[in-house]
Amino acid sequence: MSDSKNNTIHILPLSLYLSIGSILLVLTAITVWVGVSFDFGPINLIVAMLIAATKATLVALYFMHLKYDSKVYLSLFIGGILFLAIFIVFTMLDTMRRQDIYEIKGTPLNNMAEMYQGLSTVDSISDSTDVSTDVSTIFTDTIQTDTTQQSSDIKID
Amino acid sequence: MSNHSPSTNLQSHFADAAQQADAAKLGMWLFLVTEILLFGGLFVAYAIYRAWYPEMFFNAHEYLDITLGATNTVVLITSSVTMALAIRSIQLDKKKQCMNYLIITVVLACVFLVIKYFEYEHKFHLGQLPGKFYTFEGIEGTNPHIFFSIYFAMTGLHGFHVIGGIGFITWLITRVKRNAFSSAYYTPVEMAGLYWHLVDLIWIFLFPLLYLIS
Repeated sequence: MSDSKNNTIHILPLSLYLSIGSILLVLTAITVWVGVSFDFGPINLIVAMLIAATKATLVALYFMHLKYDSKVYLSLFIGGILFLAIFIVFTMLDTMRRQDIYEIKGTPLNNMAEMYQGLSTVDSISDSTDVSTDVSTIFTDTIQTDTTQQSSDIKID
Repeated sequence: MSNHSPSTNLQSHFADAAQQADAAKLGMWLFLVTEILLFGGLFVAYAIYRAWYPEMFFNAHEYLDITLGATNTVVLITSSVTMALAIRSIQLDKKKQCMNYLIITVVLACVFLVIKYFEYEHKFHLGQLPGKFYTFEGIEGTNPHIFFSIYFAMTGLHGFHVIGGIGFITWLITRVKRNAFSSAYYTPVEMAGLYWHLVDLIWIFLFPLLYLIS
């Protein structure tokens, strides 16, 4: 079985699994400790994500054997993460920087969940399209139950 | 299923057992990538709404129990270790040991779901439900129901994956019991391991994003 040279079975030592597991638990403790005890503002999110990424890397490399397996699997995995990164980065660029181009005024959907009552979502979208351009359909969540009252939420210069 | 070779389960369209195992693993990794992208959509929804309503996210997250969340993280990481050890055991032909590790993994997965059940139950009780079912009135900020929509969508989808994993691993236990695997053929155990580690990996991100907002 293991005479095939590109598919040697890698039996990792028990101690490796146990130490990776311990590191993961320690990192969990650190992320909770930092999250509960410190408030650095946005830095907290970065620290939490860095710790999570470290944990994910350890799981992928050792538990999922990516470090020892054919690099085809590693490339697939990284490729998936890459496309997810593109998805997140470009969406965030759009939603955070769009106001540089358009004047956008966000309004609450409603205080509580009543906004969904008596509101057909299909109607609200078709109502919104005649308000301005199709940009407004992206912001359907700013449309109130009473569309006449809030029809000028999105102004486009 | 025609097993040409009972020891390696080699199908006729593969040249050898190694090629068959490689093909299975490639297919599994492709599936895992689609899983990452499936959850990716929810992570993007999370990112958008957190960017739009940072204060509301902070206020709403205070209703999540960090102790329960952290306990579940420890439970899931431990189950990942036992899953990895189950694969190691079958690689060494220690079938009894492999079965024990698989049983521990399933038990830990059930513990995870029970803790999740108590968390959900508490939120159902308070009316912190997703979307239009949201009736809780104690959270300051804009659109707090969105936080709970995202919370239930992300942890719910993850929970279904845990349930799927329990089914997968339980099936493996019955197969190991019937002596279906050995060091020459253990592909299903390895695939379940990859799946289970991915479920763990997603929770590693869900936990800080939902429970530890500053």
